[in-house]
Amino acid sequence: MSETRKVLLAPIFANNPIALQILGICSALAVTTSVNVTIVMCIALTSVTAFSNLFISMIRNQIPSSIRIIVQMTIIASLVIVVDQILKAYAFEMSKQLSVFIGLIITNCIVMGRAEAFAMQNPPGMSFIDGVGNGLGYSVVLLFVAVIREFLGAGSLFGVEILATVNNGGWYIPNGLLLLPPSAFFIIGGFIWILRTVYKDQVEENDFTMKAHVKKEAM
Amino acid sequence: MSSNKDSITNVLKVALLVCLACAIVVSTAAVVLRPIQQENRQLDLRRNILAAAGLLQDGVSVQEQFEQVDTRLINLETGEFSDEFDTETYEPRDAIRDPALSESIPASEDIAGIKRREQYTEVYLINDSEGQLQTLILPVRGYGLWSTLWGFIALDSDLNTVRGFGFYEHAETPGLGGEVDNPNWKEQFIGKEVYGDQGSVELAVKKGSVNRSNDMEATHMVDGLSGATLTSRGVTSLIQYWLGERGFKPFLTKLEAGEA
Repeated sequence: MSETRKVLLAPIFANNPIALQILGICSALAVTTSVNVTIVMCIALTSVTAFSNLFISMIRNQIPSSIRIIVQMTIIASLVIVVDQILKAYAFEMSKQLSVFIGLIITNCIVMGRAEAFAMQNPPGMSFIDGVGNGLGYSVVLLFVAVIREFLGAGSLFGVEILATVNNGGWYIPNGLLLLPPSAFFIIGGFIWILRTVYKDQVEENDFTMKAHVKKEAM
Repeated sequence: MSSNKDSITNVLKVALLVCLACAIVVSTAAVVLRPIQQENRQLDLRRNILAAAGLLQDGVSVQEQFEQVDTRLINLETGEFSDEFDTETYEPRDAIRDPALSESIPASEDIAGIKRREQYTEVYLINDSEGQLQTLILPVRGYGLWSTLWGFIALDSDLNTVRGFGFYEHAETPGLGGEVDNPNWKEQFIGKEVYGDQGSVELAVKKGSVNRSNDMEATHMVDGLSGATLTSRGVTSLIQYWLGERGFKPFLTKLEAGEA
């Protein structure tokens, strides 16, 4: 049981796929301008990761090592298409906003990374839980970014206006930078900083040490 | 087992089975969900048409609200109603890409940056209980800064006064060009007049704010979007194109004279 807990919860903070492994950043930049859209993206990615792990783990003993990557890709791609079709049928508005990014889950390194690193060696049940856990780890970071970006960039949360913006006759001048992709980089950087302040073991050792500054200039 | 796992037979077997299983799953999902998706797409388009006309009400189903709308096919060349295709099945957006149903626009005339124009398109008429035209909704499109803006413009029964204007698809910069979706900005179009005394298209987005004491600006122009000069210019060009001679002008003239 404790093993299951560890597999499920470790990816959230202790071994976060985005913050520690720096995987799957691209969609974190693209879809985090509004919280609602982000939630749908998180659910989509979590289900794809969980089910791809499950199915790949189920046939892991049959997959020849020479074609294992392409087999994983095929399964992941099929799942993504199914998720995309379901969204188009039952959450049309959302799928319009997410446009290509649902399709791009195929190339999200987290899905492939977990399939290759975990599902190929572990039984189906555990692999499924690992997929859910990593999906949650991804979701935590995305929601953190999305809340900041939507609140400061558009003055709203979940699409409900909180700070009345100037364009709608209020007082708040939205920060345009936060609506553009680079801002997500800064926020993810901030998230990693906070995380590594808490989990000191995540701090990487310096590749080299800087020499003390000896020349005295511009005094 | 593990010794023959990498044998050629096993590689082919696994590849075949995985492909087969995945193909079945994907095609089942696509086929089963297609009717719902098509309905969604149609509902979305209808919602946009009603929203552009300013007729969209919350709480009433779009399907029900759309019953008052009469969809008609028109020939852009002659400016007359046409029965060439059934409006139920005709897809104007597919026709734009179809060489048989559209023609490329010479660069000198292509002010809206749309490259091709379809020969037939759909317009939407809303009549009152006596069959008198109340609102006419026309599809428009044109290039902004990053993307083609797709929208609808709704005209009053005088075929000159704007009743509503809005876009349902674009990819302009959020917060700048994306403000074309701002309801406060769109509201400015309502009540503006499209044509000047000479019959030329005067409706335009001004760079800066409209001088309300200037008669010409007050009747025909709306404020520009700050920080979105190219998007604003794109909106002006698409209005110029679609309501001009190459767009719906021939149709509007005939409709007014009762000859369409």
